[in-house]
Amino acid sequence: MDVSFGKRYRPLLPYLALAGMVLAVAVFAPFLTPYDPNAQNLEGALAAPNGTNLLGTDRYGRDLLSRVIMGSRTTLCASLLLLLSIATMGSFLGAVCGYRGGRLDSLLMRMSDVFLAFPQMVFAVAAAGALGGGLGNAAAALAIVGWPKYARIARGLALTIRSMPYMEAARMAGTGTVGMLWHHVLPNIAGPILVTAALDIGTIIMELAGLSFLGLGAQPPTAEWGAMMNNGRSMLQTAPWVILAPGTAIFLTVAVFNLLGDKLRDVMDPKQLRTCE
Amino acid sequence: MKNYVISRLVQLVPILVGITFLTFGMMQFTSDDAVDVMYEQAGSVSEEVKAAKRVELGLDQPFLVQYGRWLRGVATGDMGRSYISGKLIFETFADKLPATVELMLVSVLLTIFLAIPLGILAAVKQDSRIDDFIRAGTFVGNSLPNFFVGLLLIYFLALKMNLLPIIGHPEDWRSVVLPALTLTIAMGAKYTRQIRAVVLEELDKLYVMGARARGVKECTILAKSVLRSALIMMITLLVLSMGSLLGGTAIVETIFMWDGVGKMAVDAILTRDYPLIQAYVVWMSIIYVGMNLAADLAYHYLDPRVRYGGGES
Repeated sequence: MDVSFGKRYRPLLPYLALAGMVLAVAVFAPFLTPYDPNAQNLEGALAAPNGTNLLGTDRYGRDLLSRVIMGSRTTLCASLLLLLSIATMGSFLGAVCGYRGGRLDSLLMRMSDVFLAFPQMVFAVAAAGALGGGLGNAAAALAIVGWPKYARIARGLALTIRSMPYMEAARMAGTGTVGMLWHHVLPNIAGPILVTAALDIGTIIMELAGLSFLGLGAQPPTAEWGAMMNNGRSMLQTAPWVILAPGTAIFLTVAVFNLLGDKLRDVMDPKQLRTCE
Repeated sequence: MKNYVISRLVQLVPILVGITFLTFGMMQFTSDDAVDVMYEQAGSVSEEVKAAKRVELGLDQPFLVQYGRWLRGVATGDMGRSYISGKLIFETFADKLPATVELMLVSVLLTIFLAIPLGILAAVKQDSRIDDFIRAGTFVGNSLPNFFVGLLLIYFLALKMNLLPIIGHPEDWRSVVLPALTLTIAMGAKYTRQIRAVVLEELDKLYVMGARARGVKECTILAKSVLRSALIMMITLLVLSMGSLLGGTAIVETIFMWDGVGKMAVDAILTRDYPLIQAYVVWMSIIYVGMNLAADLAYHYLDPRVRYGGGES
């Protein structure tokens, strides 16, 4: 790392702070909710936003602010876990393939061709349905179609650095395949993968919420943004706040992560990523 | 070109085998038994009747035999009957497909008319107020999930201002506006950004500088060269993004009660009508693969710089 490291990453700070705030809300959700997110109060059902219920209540009289705060935990936790698993698994597979080449490489790339040939959401909707709904299954469905993208990018990057002089040097110094991958390939491809993942967070949050919106993700009474919007759909005319609260929460969260991803791409070398996509 | 087309078609074979195999295999993970689902509404049916039905449908056969039979059905359009409605699967799908295609075409057209002028405008007026405004708009469009956009449009345009009908009536052309607009907002935001980037890149090239030096008018440069490269890019991008569009219709069709294949699939999932879901996945994927192929071929045809079979990805 050179001296300009701090300076180079300084423009990221405000966006990191914003994303950190969103994550903090998710982590400390149980301490932030003004009411129990699942406590029903049928007499106060469908109350418009007011002094006691800042964002109003849903049809069971549950406080929407509390549910939105708890929902951030469900949505973010599931999305980030999903992203972490597909990004690490996909890039690991891709890096091994790109570095080793040969039969393993062609087999895996043909496999990823097949997965990439599916329209992503079409497959995810059907897979989530086949697996029987539930947030975990919805995430699994998205993971099945999500990993090949990372495998592709990592493989492309590994291929380009494989024959670099420093790689040759390390090999000649007697570094084994595992050592090469761990010490030389992975650190060198981590940047572009990180940028791709950061840009993906927003999409994944929206896709996961979309599956929940269709009833294929989080099941009631779990507070999850997509599922909450699905609940409020039929009351759009009389109680628009029921969908406005979680919808705005999704929008703001996705916007924060998209901003962070954009800035991260600007800070890291953008050319490198573009050629590998 | 001919050799390229042939090699691309050959490459498709393993992909199609993979797609069909996965689509068929996926449904084996479900915990429900197909025959149990069929007889769910009929009440109590004896195990003998169910067993006979399984033999009739070939469900007692090994997995690969069932797969082979199903594959033949995909190829010949004879995919059996829906568990729920009892109608022919292929006919049901073919009945609903035109509505989805209509929705997609309208939103693609809207996207083109929105993204190209806005993208070019933003690029030409780079870093001005207009550019900032357009970029902020694309950012918002990119961060809104389509189901939220759909519900917001319903709330403001249909319920509050009473401008447009919410629920689709096949005869009323206005009913396509809201669902198409919903799909357009996300797509348009993405493409306006891309077009802006392409035009900026293009304007930076030497031939543009040369043309400017020779005194060619700025709008002539834009119309003659820059617009062309933007168009090629746009066509490729649009086809490649059909994947998300095909999936996005499932949500949008459900919200707007648009009677297309997306809504059909979501309904089929809720009623566990697995053959219909399989048909949806496999046909949508085949359509997607076909469009990708067409885009590749068009790209190679339009852009002579691209070497046939050169790049590996």
